[in-house]
Amino acid sequence: MSVTIPSFTLSSIGPWLTLTVGAIFLLLLDALSPKGRKAYFPQLSLVALGIAALQTYCLWGRSGTDFARMIYLDNFSFFFYFIFILGTALTVMLSRQYLEDWGKNLGEYYALVLFATAGMMLMASSAHFIMIFLGLEVMSIAVYVLAGLFREDFKSNEAALKYLILGAFSSAFLLFGMAMLYGAAGGTLYLPDLAARLTDKAFVSTPLALLAVALLIVGFGFKVASFPFHMWTPDVYEGAPTSVTAFMAVGVKAAAFAAFARVFFLVFPSLKVDWVMVLWVLAVATMTIGNVTAIAQTNIKRMLAYSSIAHAGYLMVGLVAANQLGAVSLLYYLLAYTLMNLGAFGVVILVGRKKDAYLNIYDYSGLGAQHPVLAATMALFMFALAGIPPTAGFVGKFYLFSAAVQAGFIWLAILGVMNSLVSVYYYLRITVLMYMKPAEADLGPVAFSPATTAVLVATAVGVLWAGVFPGFLYNLAVNSVKIFPGM
Amino acid sequence: MVVPLEYYLGVSVALFSLGVIGVLVRRNVLVILMCVEMMLNAVNLAFIGFADYFKAVDGQMFVFFVMTVAAAEVAVGLALVVAIFRNRATVYVDDLNLLKW
Repeated sequence: MSVTIPSFTLSSIGPWLTLTVGAIFLLLLDALSPKGRKAYFPQLSLVALGIAALQTYCLWGRSGTDFARMIYLDNFSFFFYFIFILGTALTVMLSRQYLEDWGKNLGEYYALVLFATAGMMLMASSAHFIMIFLGLEVMSIAVYVLAGLFREDFKSNEAALKYLILGAFSSAFLLFGMAMLYGAAGGTLYLPDLAARLTDKAFVSTPLALLAVALLIVGFGFKVASFPFHMWTPDVYEGAPTSVTAFMAVGVKAAAFAAFARVFFLVFPSLKVDWVMVLWVLAVATMTIGNVTAIAQTNIKRMLAYSSIAHAGYLMVGLVAANQLGAVSLLYYLLAYTLMNLGAFGVVILVGRKKDAYLNIYDYSGLGAQHPVLAATMALFMFALAGIPPTAGFVGKFYLFSAAVQAGFIWLAILGVMNSLVSVYYYLRITVLMYMKPAEADLGPVAFSPATTAVLVATAVGVLWAGVFPGFLYNLAVNSVKIFPGM
Repeated sequence: MVVPLEYYLGVSVALFSLGVIGVLVRRNVLVILMCVEMMLNAVNLAFIGFADYFKAVDGQMFVFFVMTVAAAEVAVGLALVVAIFRNRATVYVDDLNLLKW
């Protein structure tokens, strides 16, 4: 008997391989190198990420599938690779100083971050439900551990356990949805095959398919932190180490949206009438709950967590619109969100100082007088998150809401804009505190490390650049979403 | 004897619902983790039922992946439970109340 192995090209998963090998190498190095000589882990992870970015650049423009139709090679996934690599690289640069303050600058931290990034890439490019599940779990399990990195810290423990239990709970829903879909489509889990079978009304058992759609919405909704599955977000974001929170807020959300968008745009166009209405309601509820609750927060990390819930709502507008501009705005906004959110968390890390001593929003009062540049940067990120021109946040929201109008969801756009107005209140409050309130106590020196400063400069420039000249990213995104039917 | 598909699905849905109720109702972290396992095994049962019914092998393959991942997840979960037990000497979720809005 002979077994034929289907042909495959290793270079089509080059970025994953680089990150995985890099992470394993870091683990080995951590075990073998003597104590006190571990300062170079961030640099090594950045090198791995740089190589992965280069490989993604070389892959750009390829199309088709590989590994026995298990993965897609298309610009949609490559665009997301870039988002993940950018987010991870900025996180790694933010981490070192912060972790050293806690005495936790461990090799496994960087290895886990790289593993999680590889999992995100798997999610973005999977063409089979097994791959989506595997990518999701590779990412999530690494992030559970990262959230609990500060073993002796009660809050970190609690955040990690809550995240793990609710994450596993939501994965079970996602899996049950996949099983129902498997049954509804008559025994296939390939995304392209499923799309073809679900259009054939005579063949599909519709109730089962609808149940599958509902369960998949629950599963993905948990990961992107949409209402009513958002309850874990503030707790986990507050308790986890700040650098991990930044990573979760941008990376995990982007990966979940990548899979969410691919599955719903590619597999379920035939059931569009049904899921669009559900997502419409969820998007509006998510925005409103996130924004209204954020107003009441006094912990900056918790405030940014609710802001992240609100942003999940805005991003879902792109899914509801389900047209070309909707998908484009989803990609653009995720990139913009990566920049502005990581920048904001960078400032939080700098102001928080030794062991997160200053996380209350009132600790920001008087920052404008004592550290004018830092305050100006924070103000820029707050304006960007609120969606005020000329930042990337404004352009992204403009695209999202015009996509909704284009698709005929006028009320969704109106509610979205009203929500943005509500959000201006709590973002501007930070700015007002920084510039118009005297400091409650002397803030003392802020330890600017070169890497953190570089992150702040890069994100600030990126937010402005993407806001003033959005054309380049817009064209890239248009190029990326061509794979979806009708876009 | 051929077991009809409906029986597999019935047991699967029942197990899944019991798991969901368990996660929502029980207060002991270990029991909650077991209930999550029960939900995952309900999924496995559904996959196997469908795979047998459609004579398509994807579903059975999926079961292996689910089991492997579940094992990894529980390993991390138990490690976290141990870390929490060392710090706080409790395994009840009601006592984990530092983070609240």
